[in-house]
Amino acid sequence: MVSAVLEVSGLACRRGGRRVFDNLSFALTGGELLALTGRNGSGKTTLLRALALLVPSLAGTIRWKGADVHDDRENWRAKLAWLGHQDGLKGDLTAAENILVAQRLRGQPADVDRVAHALSAFDLTALKDRAARTLSAGQRRRVALARVVAAKAPLWLLDEPLNALDAPAQKALNEGLTRHLAEGGLAIAATHAPLDSARILELGA
Amino acid sequence: MADLHFLANPARFRRFSQRVLPALWLVTALALVIGLYWSLVIAPPDYQQGDTVRIMFLHVPSASLAMAGYLLLAALGASLLVWRHPLAALMARATAPVGATYAAVCLITGSLWGRPMWGTYWVWDARLTSFLLLFFLYLGHIALSRAYDDSERGDRAAAILAVVGAINVPIIKFSVDWWNTLHQPASIMRLDGPSIDPSLLWPLLWMMGALALLFVALVLMRTETEIDRRRLEIAENQD
Amino acid sequence: MGFGALFLRDLRLVWRRPGDVAVVLAFFVVATVLFPLGIGPESNLLARIAAGVLWAAALFASMLSLDRLFAADYEDGALDLLLLAPWPLELAALAKCAAHWVVTGLPLAVLAPLIGGAFGLDDRSLLVLVLTLLVGTPALSLIGGLAAALTLGARRSGALLALLALPLCVPTLIFGASAIEATATGEGFWVHLAILGALALMSLATLPWAIAAALRQAGE
Repeated sequence: MVSAVLEVSGLACRRGGRRVFDNLSFALTGGELLALTGRNGSGKTTLLRALALLVPSLAGTIRWKGADVHDDRENWRAKLAWLGHQDGLKGDLTAAENILVAQRLRGQPADVDRVAHALSAFDLTALKDRAARTLSAGQRRRVALARVVAAKAPLWLLDEPLNALDAPAQKALNEGLTRHLAEGGLAIAATHAPLDSARILELGA
Repeated sequence: MADLHFLANPARFRRFSQRVLPALWLVTALALVIGLYWSLVIAPPDYQQGDTVRIMFLHVPSASLAMAGYLLLAALGASLLVWRHPLAALMARATAPVGATYAAVCLITGSLWGRPMWGTYWVWDARLTSFLLLFFLYLGHIALSRAYDDSERGDRAAAILAVVGAINVPIIKFSVDWWNTLHQPASIMRLDGPSIDPSLLWPLLWMMGALALLFVALVLMRTETEIDRRRLEIAENQD
Repeated sequence: MGFGALFLRDLRLVWRRPGDVAVVLAFFVVATVLFPLGIGPESNLLARIAAGVLWAAALFASMLSLDRLFAADYEDGALDLLLLAPWPLELAALAKCAAHWVVTGLPLAVLAPLIGGAFGLDDRSLLVLVLTLLVGTPALSLIGGLAAALTLGARRSGALLALLALPLCVPTLIFGASAIEATATGEGFWVHLAILGALALMSLATLPWAIAAALRQAGE
């Protein structure tokens, strides 16, 4: 039995006095993908934001390799790669610049090779010098996913990663996920569509 | 399913305030009647200012209480930010308009007093100008706390503003005093002298107490309303 | 590292759209030019009100440009990336305000003596004008930055931002303008400038924390 890397126990969140979820517990080991499913408003996004400590949780603990993540928030944030509901791209920067800036904002030196690799994985090499505002919604989503891949983070938190993606892009995402998991990484994705080899946690059931 | 657990504390507050409020209103009314009679009828007119001095009995206490009210607002804001105390947010919502009203009373009585003394309703006197700015700080707080669809966000944003504002109040006061001496070197007649006759001091202190009671009663009453309003909001948001 | 990256990113974003800065500077010029037109071209009067007019216009110009400071990041989701960056959010707040100062406060300080000259200020007053703007506008960027962070996602956020920030800017305005007036009347301006510097340092020491708190609650 492999011991869990990420342990969540008894997590509870409220918004506007309304209970979003209560007493939520799960554990993930290296190489595991957790798919959060459930209807709209069942708290998938809130759970992702609570895991990233963007939203305070009312009760419960989040442990990474046994240590409570609240004790060292900056260290915890260094472990996360985030894909939010919005893409988080600056329209006036090019696709490549967006990813390079994101790397530097994470306190890492800009790794041009890694960025080029991530861009080509999502078939963006031809678009890399186009300003992000000129890209289509699906293309922007791909840039945001390339940013996640380039981030060198052990835990990916993805909110609806398949949104606006066409079939080749979905395949690229699945390949990227597979590679990330094979390297011992973890991923949690809120999604409606099925993802390969994912464990499923249904919220609001 | 209604989930009102987080209001447990406010519910206890509500039971408490419902028991206290009737008695508090009675004491407040009594204190105000006595204080007004004392300051408007019994207290002697000032030898320089005549009966105009009676405005002071309303002006000075409302100024002090408007200032104290802002400090209360900052304390409530800090306790919301640090302990996430839901009652603090509701009480801050209740306090801000009361404090703003006291600041407005201070400004209005100040300018009424200014008419016979200075010959005009408004002069850029240091005290009046600082209270005008305090009034603006209150307005900002009220507007910010009500500017969000999600009232809890408004609560937290206004709490941060109140804390920063309270740190800035003495700085604003200092800079306005500086500005005033720079531009108006001639000393203007002050509304509160350092040596005040006891026959005026006692009714002044009494009015201070009475208006403080009124402040507390209004805040408690408004907090009850805010609790009810928040409950309704939550009930509406349930699916 | 992260601080520099964010600072340079914001400068680069402005560089790609220089029009946004130009509009703010144009506003500053147009607003100040309205005063001689409204009051009349009498040079004594203009020289006397110049300090107040220029400082108040600088204040409005910085407020005008502040409402996009965090709003753009809030709307496109880049704010989440800042909130999740593994270094203090207080530094991110400071980096954004510093970038704002470089593209508004600094150009305003460069532009102001041209207009001050047209208002009939003497050379010494013009020098003090530049000094006060250089020392005082960082405080305006920080105060306005707090107001911008507090009004993220609020209704009528532009007008609200001004209502929140302007009372807090009063001390800076008073000492900025009075330093110039003190020079004109032959008094020393150093006391005013020193107090102005103290105000700016105080903003620098306290406001990044308040802005970070405001950004965190906006991200919730």
